[in-house]
Amino acid sequence: MNKNWKYGAVVIGVSAGGLNAVSFILKKLPVDYKFPIIIIQHRNTEQRDLLEVILQEKSKMKLKQADEKEKIKGGIVYIAPPDYHLLIENDHTFSLSSDVRVKFSRPSIDVLFESASYVYKEKLVGIILTGANSDGSDGTIRISKNGGVTVAQNPDEAEFPFMPQAAISTGYVKHVFSLAEIQKYLLKINQE
Amino acid sequence: MMDSIDFDKKEFKDLLDSIHFIYGYDFTDYSEASLRRRVEHFMISRKIDDLTFLGRTLAKDERFFAEFVLEMSVTVTTMFRDPAFYKSIRDHVVQRLATYPFIKIWVAGCATGQEVYSLAILLEEEGLLSRSIIYATDINQKSLQIAKEGVYSIDNLKEYTLNYQKAGGAKSFSEYYKAKYNHVMFDKSLKQNIVFSPHNLAVDQSFNEFQLIICRNVLIYFKQSLQNKVFDLFYESLCPFGFLGLGNKESLLFSDKKKHFDEIDKKEKIFMKKKHIS
Repeated sequence: MNKNWKYGAVVIGVSAGGLNAVSFILKKLPVDYKFPIIIIQHRNTEQRDLLEVILQEKSKMKLKQADEKEKIKGGIVYIAPPDYHLLIENDHTFSLSSDVRVKFSRPSIDVLFESASYVYKEKLVGIILTGANSDGSDGTIRISKNGGVTVAQNPDEAEFPFMPQAAISTGYVKHVFSLAEIQKYLLKINQE
Repeated sequence: MMDSIDFDKKEFKDLLDSIHFIYGYDFTDYSEASLRRRVEHFMISRKIDDLTFLGRTLAKDERFFAEFVLEMSVTVTTMFRDPAFYKSIRDHVVQRLATYPFIKIWVAGCATGQEVYSLAILLEEEGLLSRSIIYATDINQKSLQIAKEGVYSIDNLKEYTLNYQKAGGAKSFSEYYKAKYNHVMFDKSLKQNIVFSPHNLAVDQSFNEFQLIICRNVLIYFKQSLQNKVFDLFYESLCPFGFLGLGNKESLLFSDKKKHFDEIDKKEKIFMKKKHIS
């Protein structure tokens, strides 16, 4: 992570309807995108790496499942493994936990957002996309309180509006964006 | 906690140091992010919002500390967790175990014991249980007590049964338990060759030599330094050609001991100790 950059990482939380939304955002990001993009997609535990295979086809950036103790690097899209919470350590490495589900979810968006916010503080961008539960809303509050940027997909266009709406209802979302606007925003911060 | 800001890094470190100093429990080499989460959770449930206050209370109240320790370990588990792992044990490990007259197995970090009973069932079906002894250990005394009793909520039975079948179980799973009210109790015969005992991987030593060590979803909570220490401990505790089974996302990849093991099943994280070190 370059200390002079305004941001250090982008975290994205997405649930039902996620495949289309995530593919749409990733497809325009250049292969040498500055920041790491870390995604929690609620997923089936049986398919251990099918999601990565599908999403890699849509993404120019290198995409992989996050590994325990792996050093987080810019230009890579990391996806949380099924059935584990994904957390970020102070030394910018990943750790995993099989602790109880949070809001019926493992991996949980709140767990990633809260641990990422602890490490990146104001240098974090947190985005909540389509989904049918309220995971991510507590994490959104935490990111905002630590000075980070919080974004939610416009519920009007989300395949499942409940999750972005839950985040917006906390009062801690800075930008309500369409997918196209999120894409544009991510490209913009890459130029800053 | 949700309404305040994050823990102060130094205060958190001081808390772990004082716990180590007073009680000998060393959490300083645990992965910090999930430990912090559990401490936060403990504080919310006890309505404490100040780390220093928590530290002071823990220091002077031993019973309170005992409660704290129980909540620091993750006890989430299930029967035949990751069925493909048990299938692989059946396919790749059982035959070799059968060549020993007496089989010693260590399940390290057994939590509430579901995976221990899974292993006992598997060994029973392969005709090996009667000449096996399974040492099942955990840091959490309350979990160990549950493991010893072998009584679980009936709510999870469907998942257990499905996992058993996916793991290559050929019988009717109901042969192994008795259902009563809201609980299932696993057959006492499975327990005959299991020894449940407390063991803290962070500080305790090796206590025997084993042909198989299973330690799943425990190392993910440790920093690299402590992981290496535990891999050393496992290496010392395995006989030549002994097997080591890890969790789905755990690996010897970043460890110093990598070259001392052969990969038996890459995907299911089953390794074999080499005889000689080249």
